[in-house]
Amino acid sequence: MHPGAWWLWALGLAAGASFALNPFLILLLIAIAALVVGACRGDAPWALSFRYYLYFGLLIVVMRVVFRVLFGGGAMPGDQILFHLPEIPLPEVARGIQLLGDVTVNEVLLGLYDGLRLAALIICVGAANSLANPKRLLAAAPPALYEVGAALVVAVSVFPQLAESVRRVNRARRLRGDASKGTGAMHRIVIPVLEDALDRSMTLAASMDARGYGRSGDASRGSRFITGSLMLLGLFALSVGSYGYLDGTAPRVLAWPMLAGGIVLAVLALRSAGKRVQRTRYRQGRWQLAEYLTAASGIAVAIGFKVMSGQQIQVFFPDVPGLPPVSMASLLIAAIGVLPVFVAPQAPLAHDPRNGEANDQA
Amino acid sequence: MIKLDEITFWYDGEAEPTLADVNLQLDEGELALVAGRTGSGKSTLLGLFNGLVPHFTGGTLAGDVLLDGESIIGRPPRELVHLVGYVAQDPLSGFVADVVEEELAYGMEQLGLEPQTMRRRVEETLDLLGIAHLRNRAIRSLSGGQQQRVAIGAVLTMHPRVLVLDEPTSALDPTAAEDVLATIARLVDDLALTVVLAEHRMERVVPFADRLVIVEEHRVRSGDPAELIATSPVAPPLIQLGKLAGWSPLPLSVREARRKAKNFILENPPAVSEKTYPPALAAKKINVHYGQFVAVKDVDLTVGKGEILALMGRNGSGKSSLLWAIQGTGDRASGTVNVDGADPAKLRPNEARMLVGLVPQTAADLLYLETVDRECAAADSQAGAEAGTCRKILDRLAPGIDGDRHPRDLSEGQKLALVLAVVLSAEPHVVALDEPTRGLDYPGKVALAEILGELAATGHGVIISSHDVEFVASVADSIMVMAEGEVVSSGRAQAVLAESPAFAPQVSKVLGSKWLTVAQVGDALRRGGAQ
Repeated sequence: MHPGAWWLWALGLAAGASFALNPFLILLLIAIAALVVGACRGDAPWALSFRYYLYFGLLIVVMRVVFRVLFGGGAMPGDQILFHLPEIPLPEVARGIQLLGDVTVNEVLLGLYDGLRLAALIICVGAANSLANPKRLLAAAPPALYEVGAALVVAVSVFPQLAESVRRVNRARRLRGDASKGTGAMHRIVIPVLEDALDRSMTLAASMDARGYGRSGDASRGSRFITGSLMLLGLFALSVGSYGYLDGTAPRVLAWPMLAGGIVLAVLALRSAGKRVQRTRYRQGRWQLAEYLTAASGIAVAIGFKVMSGQQIQVFFPDVPGLPPVSMASLLIAAIGVLPVFVAPQAPLAHDPRNGEANDQA
Repeated sequence: MIKLDEITFWYDGEAEPTLADVNLQLDEGELALVAGRTGSGKSTLLGLFNGLVPHFTGGTLAGDVLLDGESIIGRPPRELVHLVGYVAQDPLSGFVADVVEEELAYGMEQLGLEPQTMRRRVEETLDLLGIAHLRNRAIRSLSGGQQQRVAIGAVLTMHPRVLVLDEPTSALDPTAAEDVLATIARLVDDLALTVVLAEHRMERVVPFADRLVIVEEHRVRSGDPAELIATSPVAPPLIQLGKLAGWSPLPLSVREARRKAKNFILENPPAVSEKTYPPALAAKKINVHYGQFVAVKDVDLTVGKGEILALMGRNGSGKSSLLWAIQGTGDRASGTVNVDGADPAKLRPNEARMLVGLVPQTAADLLYLETVDRECAAADSQAGAEAGTCRKILDRLAPGIDGDRHPRDLSEGQKLALVLAVVLSAEPHVVALDEPTRGLDYPGKVALAEILGELAATGHGVIISSHDVEFVASVADSIMVMAEGEVVSSGRAQAVLAESPAFAPQVSKVLGSKWLTVAQVGDALRRGGAQ
């Protein structure tokens, strides 16, 4: 599978989740992401990181609720009060912030829904990360995006590799008879893992360099600088633009104008970089039916949720408190996201039972 | 063709240069073997050829590197790929792509070659290295020897003039190592490629080498292997045997040695030990599964008090999985282990390690503190031992390690000694070591062999897994050979090693199956059995 297809699918799901505040719909999207990951991932190191994203999502939900309880306050008359905490008076400087106080059902539920939505975004990115091979993503980036793309890919691929190291070090730790938990244990895991990660990154970087990665050819320092700055500005504008577009309360000038500006800058940068890049491609990763269907299913969820959220406001932004309603249409749209389970080919396995070969590193 | 001219190199913050006033000239189509003790600067020397030193290591470099008379010093590795190909020690951590074919093409993509040319070169290289049937396989699913050949191929597609290999066979089993070295020798013959190769287990490379480069005390000596090897600080068993027998010139290959050995008749071969040991550990019907994959299948294993048992077999034959399963920390699908009436898997980790202590393949995973002293103190308190126990063991294993040093700065041998000391401070009944000879040179292996012998002498059961035939021959009392997760042969070391051509040590290839090690020959000579 082309990594771009998985990323489009996952980002589609994430965008869909961002249009909804209904916990059932969001949980359904998370379940779909988990199902597809379970069915389609291989057994490469990056593929085993998904559950860490799930833990991270859980942490976000808990944090959101805890923060709501700590700083929530401001119970409206008529709100159902869950329990009462003594309010801590704050100095005048911190006016508008309330520490503890009455905790209402509304607050806790809104915190929960909001946290779930954020967790869904993280989990969707995690799904893409577990399904798409970061190295192939690097290879699929357009030649001109190479430098920025490499930095991004390294950043995204560090996390899954850490997961593998953590397991290995944790197992080795038990050989020392060290069953301690808590901060002491953290220290004992974190140090070897970070050292391991650093060693590995250096080895990979040296190896890539020794294989010609980043050959500048005849490009001058000046042209590299121009390309780099155009690219960074373009990416910055694109991110601000998408934020402005997705967050309805942001000033409109941040939305379309920023997006358009970002695209123009990025295209300019691509052209400037393309002029000097002498890299060629061996075999283009081709988009075939499976790729198109996978990407389309993600995008369909995003568009469907966007459209439906305008029509079925009760379903997408349910009132609190009360049981959030769901509609058949919204459930069906979310279910489109399962499509990759049926169309995506099986990822290659290292411990392939058919050839019985494997590395002795287990 | 490639020439180092008055090279001096300092790592930052070191008191002495790693290499000083090095002059070295290599000719076209030559295979040069770089030898030296661990930490002598072999890897540094290799890195000079393609600019990894100093671009990736830092440090100060003086002198000049010339390729065909043109100075290439100061150019980063990426600008030299079409001239000098470099294959690093651990190929797996350096792969950029995931499928063999893509990996081969990667370097050419960076060079900006035409797709037509790339396609042709990929096909040629696949055939040259005999890996055409692997073209669509995921690299991680390949065996170590196959991975090493892919790593070499990935560099060859760029058509470099010099190929630099840093310990290409250190992680391979004997058969895979032979394959890789045969491939390298063919490249020198067919492509007139200049190959520079560093290798700890020299016995395999010396017969192919045109030139021996010895790195010693910051200096480099180079010359004809037959002459130079007599004064090398590291030498394979064959050379040691030749010296002992007084052969001149020294034989470089087993074939030469056999011819010389015709008139070298030894009486009184060492007695085959019939010693029996009281059992220390008995494992029955051990099975280990990873999902669908069966790593260990119905393996029985016993090791006695005072016995050293060696596990041998291909990479991926289940040795590591078996050791972890026996120790109790690793997965075990079924089977029982009995150490002193208890099963370590059923105990808490700190109780299990008092029965079986395991030094894993990546031994440094066990170390996490900033100084050696703090590691030792932590080990004492974790084992509930008297303060100073671990340090005392360490001083016996590797004397003279400064307590203030950072464990990561120690040499491979010292690190191994520290981890072993940590494991031993819990006073386990049985000690298991997974591939302990990785990164150790001959003197380092001799020291390890002494340590293991001492452990056995004090009533420990010792299990090692190793690819290193010569090392196993020198320490093991019994041997178990595994393949595909099953035991294929087991018994006394003498019988098992002599049975199989792949596992026979050099001395028995020359003198017959009754002799395993140079030490045995030395003993026999002292007893006056030679004619």
